[in-house]
Amino acid sequence: MLEFLQRLKFPLPQASTFAPKVDLLYDFIFYSSVFLFIPTIVAMIYFGWKYRTKPNDNREVPYIDGHHTFEWFISAFVGVIFFIIFVWGLIGFNELHNPPAGTYEIGVVGKQWMWEFNYSNGKTTRNELYLPKGIPVKLVMSSPDVLHSFYVVNFRVKQDVVPGMYTTLWFQADQLGEHDIFCAEYCGTAHSNMLAKAIVLEPEQFKAWLQGSDPNQLTQLEIGKKIFNTRNCVACHSVTGVQTQAGPTVKGLFNRKVNLSDGTQVVANEDYIRTSIINPATHVVKGFRPIMPAFQGLLSENDISAVIAYIKSLKE
Amino acid sequence: MSVANSDVNYINSPKGLWSWLVTIDHKRIGIMYLFTTLAFFALGGIFALLLRIEHLTPGRTIMDANQYNIAFTLHGAIMVFMFIVPNVPAAFGNFFLPIMIGAKDVAFPKINLLSYYVFWLGAILAVCAIIFGGVDTGWTFYTPYSIRTNTAVIFMASGAFIMGMSSILTGLNFIVTVHKLRAPGMTFFHLPLFIWGIYATAIIQVLATPVIGMTVALLIMERVFGIGFFDPALGGDPILFQHFFWFYSHPAVYIMIVPGMAIISEIIPAFSKKTIFGYKPIAYSSLAIAFASFIVWGHHMFTSGQSYLASLLFSVATIIIGVPTAIKIVNWVATMYKGKVSWETPMLYAMAFIFMFSIGGLTGLFHISLAVSVHLHDTYFVVAHFHYVMMGGTVMAMLGGLHYWWPKMFGVMYNECLGKIGAALMFIGFNMTFGSQFIMGNLGMPRRYYDYAERFQPLHQVSTVGSWFIAASFLLTMSYLIYSLFKGKKAPANPWDAKSLEWTIASPPPTENFLTDPVVTEPYPYGTPNKARSHA
Ligand code: HEC
Ligand SMILES: [Cu+2]
Repeated sequence: MLEFLQRLKFPLPQASTFAPKVDLLYDFIFYSSVFLFIPTIVAMIYFGWKYRTKPNDNREVPYIDGHHTFEWFISAFVGVIFFIIFVWGLIGFNELHNPPAGTYEIGVVGKQWMWEFNYSNGKTTRNELYLPKGIPVKLVMSSPDVLHSFYVVNFRVKQDVVPGMYTTLWFQADQLGEHDIFCAEYCGTAHSNMLAKAIVLEPEQFKAWLQGSDPNQLTQLEIGKKIFNTRNCVACHSVTGVQTQAGPTVKGLFNRKVNLSDGTQVVANEDYIRTSIINPATHVVKGFRPIMPAFQGLLSENDISAVIAYIKSLKE
Repeated sequence: MSVANSDVNYINSPKGLWSWLVTIDHKRIGIMYLFTTLAFFALGGIFALLLRIEHLTPGRTIMDANQYNIAFTLHGAIMVFMFIVPNVPAAFGNFFLPIMIGAKDVAFPKINLLSYYVFWLGAILAVCAIIFGGVDTGWTFYTPYSIRTNTAVIFMASGAFIMGMSSILTGLNFIVTVHKLRAPGMTFFHLPLFIWGIYATAIIQVLATPVIGMTVALLIMERVFGIGFFDPALGGDPILFQHFFWFYSHPAVYIMIVPGMAIISEIIPAFSKKTIFGYKPIAYSSLAIAFASFIVWGHHMFTSGQSYLASLLFSVATIIIGVPTAIKIVNWVATMYKGKVSWETPMLYAMAFIFMFSIGGLTGLFHISLAVSVHLHDTYFVVAHFHYVMMGGTVMAMLGGLHYWWPKMFGVMYNECLGKIGAALMFIGFNMTFGSQFIMGNLGMPRRYYDYAERFQPLHQVSTVGSWFIAASFLLTMSYLIYSLFKGKKAPANPWDAKSLEWTIASPPPTENFLTDPVVTEPYPYGTPNKARSHA
């Protein structure tokens, strides 16, 4: 809780060039609001208490039905404060709408329920957006299904992703490390699982990554876990044993006897799991609808082996 | 000026359930609206409590993602279309508008009854939507999701369409009533401010509601016949839907809040025993808000992909609407100055209103300032903001009005001590529930999220516990109010020593309202007017 109170003042990492500007304006609005709020409420409580009525209160109440100068003064006063807030906000918005020349472009596809990032050299990632530090980046975004909204809290930017058109968003990340990407526009069942990470690298590192060498080597199990999370298997399959309607849990799946919808029973060995991933319609688990997308051609053989290794590791 | 209460009043003559169901007495229709909308408030509230319980822990607590999505949609849709839009105008407006202008009824009593049944027709369709599996689009029905989901969207949308017709009928009736049926001597500037508020609301109802009707009609056609209006896959434009939707739904925000403000403008002078400060500024600001509300809808769409110029214009227009709102608050507080303030339950709710509504209004500033709005849009900050306005504003005013007018409507007094406890519980619970949501939103917690990151858990828990205080307050209030109907002390005609016309007749009022012709004076004749400055 204490941590939260501290964050009240400097709530979030300021990881883009916008962030400090937005926060400064936020603070200005916050203090202006406090400045307008406190006198109002103090006056209300003070009047309420000072002029509270008592039994046999024979005071003569004055007849005050208004005061022109006072009304105009208040209107002008709050009007000016509001106007400053508007203009200041517009300046920031202006910047957000006018990317500098020579931005680095990345294609973004938001779809139920994952983010896909396409880089200029044909490289594609899912739910991981690699960014070079200190270089302005422009996202060109689209959606094949419904509305989504690309939101990076630490960058203080957000833009809806709209089917049927491209929307753009630019920013310049200037803090290394991982930052949460949320989907902020409601998009159905797994809306709150439509998460991704923005991973900011030094420009040289970014270049190296783009050319193919992975900046950090992972074990097979880690790769499997990562795929399971980033390809949103978790959206439908829990790894904790919790059963949902979306899909069976994969905890303890390996070597379990599985009842299929055609009435047969099979043992979930490697081969079964592999077919379940690349072509789930082959055998559908009893009690579930065949809604799982086929991953044939979307996962390499290495990826599939890694996922199987990960599922194997999730014992009862 | 006191009047003897008689045994014959609008409640017991004529007798019988049927006489109520076919009544054209505005008071009875108002009472039926009151109980109907309060029942829907309770239903919407149950969904809210379930949502809050779900958020006690990240991941699954009591329901799965689809159930959660249905629950938040139903919470929103029920609260908006079935509680807050009809509640104050149709319940209190119906009951008090004719009395406060010295009329015997509204201009079209039969249309008034019709509007009640049309409302029920819409409500039944909405309830069907719940029975047939619910709706999971959010109350905003954003396309193309609302076109593709296989939940009962058509039922809910038709329900909203039909309830809109009811709203138009009520609005029309009130406008005509105010223009045509004022008692002799009741000039526009003798109207109580409650009437000004209801009148301004009626104008919005009549002008804006057809647009939501059209919008959901197009939505239904698109779903049923596959005609492309909003789904790009069919050649439509999803942002167009948002423009249509908010073209109604932003003015609708003022359909919800202006009647609340109108009640506050009655309670404050009555419990300060002092004439209202700034009658004309308050009256005009209601109209200013009503008209300005039509040109600000795009401030819901700053991140939608609408054009830059559109965002700029909507932002500046919204600034303009902030000023009359500020004026109202300042005038209410100024009214208390040198008054004889009594801290009874209605006044407690009025002060809670000023407190919470001010926060609601001021946090609106974060949303009109474009750069900050982009960050806060669609987070819990927005959720907290509009609950401070809708619940901290309208619902507090409604509860204040309910206590203020309870003796008049039913001729009985509620238990004052329990009333104060209820108000205190509400104040604490409300600020816990939604205050914490401001912080969450500021930290980037998106709204409509079933699951959330662990770092938000403590705040979610505070919010959930707060919701239990609100529930406790609501249950307490409803119990002592209902108890008072059977066992309450008889109320005198004017228990608060208030001065508007409704307090000059018996409690509960006779069917004809006025047995003798009402004497119209200025609306808040407390203290001795100084003729030089009086506004008459
Ligand atoms: C849209 C939801 C969804 C997604 C995403 C999804 N699955 Fe499935 N999956 C299902 C459903 C439903 C079933 C059961 C019906 C069937 O067998 O087709 C299933 C079945 C399975 C099975 C067989 C389970 C058993 O109990 O026999 C495995 C293994 C599996 N999925 C792995 C994966 C992996 C690995 C991924 C990610 C690469 C994934 N799934 C993504 C919905 C999903
Ligand atoms: Cu989404």
